[in-house]
Amino acid sequence: MTRWRGAVMHELSLCRSLLRQILEVAEQHRVLAVTVVRLQVGPLSGVEPELLKTAFPLAAAGTLAESAKLNLTATCIEVYCGSCKKRSRAASNQLSCTSCGSCSTQLVSGDELILESVELTLDELSAIKCP
Amino acid sequence: MCVDCGCGKPPGISGPQETASISLLQNLHQQNQDLAAHNREHFSSAGTLVLNLMSSPGAGKTALLEATLRTLQKHYRCAVLEGDLETELDAQRIRALDIPVVQITTGSACHLDAQLVHNALHGMDLAEIDLLFIENVGNLVCPASFDLGQHLNVVLLSVTEGDDKPAKYPVMFRTADLLVISKLDLLPHVGDFRIDRAENFLRALASPAPIISLSARSGAGLDEWLAWLHAHKAQSPVDEARVVENGGAG
Ligand SMILES: Nc1nc2c(ncn2[C@@H]2O[C@H](COP(=O)(O)OP(=O)(O)OP(=O)(O)O)[C@@H](O)[C@H]2O)c(=O)[nH]1
Ligand SMILES: [Mg+2]
Ligand SMILES: [Zn+2]
Repeated sequence: MTRWRGAVMHELSLCRSLLRQILEVAEQHRVLAVTVVRLQVGPLSGVEPELLKTAFPLAAAGTLAESAKLNLTATCIEVYCGSCKKRSRAASNQLSCTSCGSCSTQLVSGDELILESVELTLDELSAIKCP
Repeated sequence: MCVDCGCGKPPGISGPQETASISLLQNLHQQNQDLAAHNREHFSSAGTLVLNLMSSPGAGKTALLEATLRTLQKHYRCAVLEGDLETELDAQRIRALDIPVVQITTGSACHLDAQLVHNALHGMDLAEIDLLFIENVGNLVCPASFDLGQHLNVVLLSVTEGDDKPAKYPVMFRTADLLVISKLDLLPHVGDFRIDRAENFLRALASPAPIISLSARSGAGLDEWLAWLHAHKAQSPVDEARVVENGGAG
C-alpha cells in the first residue's frame, strides 16, 4: 500500500470526527450554516495540513458545514529543558535543548490537533432566543 | 451576552442572519483517547500486558512475533491482535503456532484505532492472557496518532530502510518505548546502515527509548528482546497493583 492512500484516508477519518464535533455544536443552536472552522495543527500532530484541506470538503459535503472555510493555524514546537529550566523553540526532528543540548526535554507544544472555534450563521429565532 | 453559546453577542440584537463565533478548544483525538483509556482499564484489570508493534510495511513485525512466541509461549499465555488492510495471512502465520489470534481487517483504514481494538476484545478472554501483542497496520505515519490502550509501543526499523527514518518520521519514532532494529542479518549486505546514526536521530527526538538490534531470521539479539519483555512483564503496573492488593489483604 502506498503512503498516499493511507495518509488521505487518515485525514478523511479525522475530518469525519471533526464534523461530528462541529455538527453537535450546530445542533445545539439553530444553525443555518457553519461558515468557518478554525483548527490548531501542530507539526508533530501527525496530520498533513494540505491533506486535511483536501479531505474536509469531501467529508463536509451535504452537511451544514459544506461551504465552511477551514482555517488552519500551525502551532510552534516548544520544548522545556529540565536541566536549564528553559523553554525553547525546536524543530520536529530536533527536539533537544538549544541552550545545553540535553536530549531529555519535554514537549510543551507542537503535537496539538485542536478544534479551536466555529463561526455559525444562526436563523432569526435562535438569535431572539439568546437571553 | 448569550449564555447558551458564549457567542459574545449582546442580548436582544437580532436579524435574519445572526452570526455567532463559538470557542470550543476540543482535542480532535479526544474520542479515541477516551476509548483507549477505557481499553487500558480492561487490560490492566485483567492483568494483561499489551504491546503495540508498529513499523513500515514489511519491516518484520510478524516474523519477530513468530520468533518470539515460539519461546515466550512456554512462559506466558500469549495472544495476538492482527491489524491488516486486506488479508488474513499474518493471522494464519500466528495461528500456525497455536497462539490465539484475532484478525482486524481494516479495509481502507490505514491504522488501528481504539474502537477497532475494543471491538476485537469481544473475541478474546483477557483473563486468560498474560501478554497481548497488537500488530498494527504497516505504516510509519498514521498509527502513531492513535492510542489503542497499549502499555508499551514497540517500533521496528529494518536495516534495509535506512538509518535516517527516525528523523524523517519523528511523530512515529517519538512514540517508541523500545526501538527494535530488525533484520540485523542483512546489515553486512546493506552496508551503509549505521546503528549509532539511527540512535543519534532517535535521541534528537528527546527519546530515552532503549534500542535492541536483532534478527528474527538468525536469532541474534532475540535474548535481549525477550529479557526486555520479561522485565516489563515483571514490573508492569498491573502486577504492582496486585502486589499492593495482596500486601494490604495479608
Ligand atoms: N533476512 C531477514 N528477513 C526478514 C527478517 N524478518 C523478516 N524478514 C522478511 O521480511 C519480509 C517481511 O516480513 P514480515 O514479518 O511479513 O513483515 P511485517 O512487518 O509483518 O509486514 P506487514 O505486516 O505486511 O507490514 C518477509 O519476507 C520476511 O521473511 C529478518 O530478521 N531477516
Ligand atoms: Mg505482518
Ligand atoms: Zn538545556
